[in-house]
Amino acid sequence: MSAVVDRVVVGRVKALARAELTLFGRSKGMIVTAVFVPLVLPLSVRTAVEDMDLEGTGLSVGMVLLPGAIGFSLLFAVYSALVGVFVGRREELVLKRLRTGELRDGEILAGTALPAVTTGLVQSLVLAAACTALLDVPAPKAPHLAVVGLLLGLAVCVLLAAVTAGLTRTVESAQVTALPLVMVAMVGSGITVPLELMPDRMASLCELLPLTPVITLIRGGWTGELSAYETIGPVLTALAWAAAGVFAVGRWFRWEPRR
Amino acid sequence: MDTNTNVIEVTDLRRVYGGGFEAVRGISFSVAPGEVFALLGTNGAGKTSTVELLEGLAPPTGGRIRVLGHDPYAERAVVRPRTGVMLQEGGFPSELTVAETARMWAGCVSGARPPLEALELVGLARRSDVRVKQLSGGERRRLDLALALLGRPEVLFLDEPTTGLDAEGRRDTWELVRALRDGGTTVLLTTHYLEEAEGLADRLAILHEGRIAVTGTPAEVTAGQPSRISFELPDGYFVGDLPPLGQLGVLSHEVDGRVVRLRTRELQRAATEVLVWASRAGVELRGLDVRSASLEEAFLGIAAQEFAQEVRA
Repeated sequence: MSAVVDRVVVGRVKALARAELTLFGRSKGMIVTAVFVPLVLPLSVRTAVEDMDLEGTGLSVGMVLLPGAIGFSLLFAVYSALVGVFVGRREELVLKRLRTGELRDGEILAGTALPAVTTGLVQSLVLAAACTALLDVPAPKAPHLAVVGLLLGLAVCVLLAAVTAGLTRTVESAQVTALPLVMVAMVGSGITVPLELMPDRMASLCELLPLTPVITLIRGGWTGELSAYETIGPVLTALAWAAAGVFAVGRWFRWEPRR
Repeated sequence: MDTNTNVIEVTDLRRVYGGGFEAVRGISFSVAPGEVFALLGTNGAGKTSTVELLEGLAPPTGGRIRVLGHDPYAERAVVRPRTGVMLQEGGFPSELTVAETARMWAGCVSGARPPLEALELVGLARRSDVRVKQLSGGERRRLDLALALLGRPEVLFLDEPTTGLDAEGRRDTWELVRALRDGGTTVLLTTHYLEEAEGLADRLAILHEGRIAVTGTPAEVTAGQPSRISFELPDGYFVGDLPPLGQLGVLSHEVDGRVVRLRTRELQRAATEVLVWASRAGVELRGLDVRSASLEEAFLGIAAQEFAQEVRA
């Protein structure tokens, strides 16, 4: 019985995701932000990272750039892109229309988010491979941590995109409302500046940001230098953000335009 | 399910929006299996607010709704596979084609018809490869109707299904709705077109300011309304020259310049007396208009009552 139900749910989410993927392919703006920006940004911060005083942190340039590149992908291909998608579908009354059918709310969000999540996933793999090949990054020593980090990152980004969409009135303003988290994460989550280079108090504050645990886990996956004990903090922080996201979406997500 | 059970039961329904606006103020009605029921009203009467509650899009502020015996909001998983919904306004991504939209929706519906079959039902199959943004308003309405029909619903909710359609499209939609009704589908529709309600609905309710002003079959609703006779008084004649109006079965009259309007529930008698009088006097009644009660009369009557109340208040 439950297998039947699962198959039905998977079928519905797939149908929705397929339509959403078609739309993704037809939107030039989306392709630029979601596909090219995350591929280009790591190159542009490379010189800055090379000028950083990484001695004493035990980090190489590649070890800073690789998790950072995945962070860019999460921020642009998943988070920013999805804020626009959720708002766009809401303003076109697509979400309201979908809610008149059999799809449950979670399925609507999942199906709508799936193409962006897939983009983020594929991009992360490509970026990791490129960094490995071009920056002499060795193979990950604890790949499971990188996988956990990436999955948590995708979940947090989808949920926060839905929360941000709830605070956004138009597709145009989605560019603006997505900015605060993007900026804060770029500076404070270890995407461009490793937390090791920050003053201690600031670093421990930055550890609580939504994407910091994700970057920490991914980097730990490559360095293999995170002890089991040291992984607990980031995992719990990321789970806390995900839980807060689920709560906020249930409470504040808007399914139709304001009257 | 017992065939005597109503498909839709609404009891004392209320809906108050966040800002405190009371859109639905305690309405009750029921719809029997295979019936076409129309909610008729002006803009802002509460039609859409009511239908959205029946569709289970939001919980009511007060009162009770049963669709196929279930609460459409709390038990949506049971109700949704058996209902089809056409919202007042689109809700399709503008960059998808008609066929892509139908295929997407078919993937989300249990026991769906083939998408092309649904598009054929509404005469949209030849527009399959056109993007939604390039459709006319009427074509979009028909796409919406096609999607509502994809799941072969037992209950169909149509919110202003023919708004934006040309005369031919409207007739096609009416025929489709009748065919569905003949196939056993229960239909609840809203409209502000009187002829649509009159021609299509087995029963209807006229909504006004969130309340049901009058309900019944179109014949019952119009039967409660007086008929009208109007004509121009011949030169040199005054209303007082007519036979005593009370004896003609006239309820009320008004004079507007030379034009006299009579309201009566005994149209044949009143009209005969007026014509006999004209014939005896040897005068011609210009602009003579004899008209039975219509839904339009009922509708305008309700709006006028409210207007009069507002003026008095």
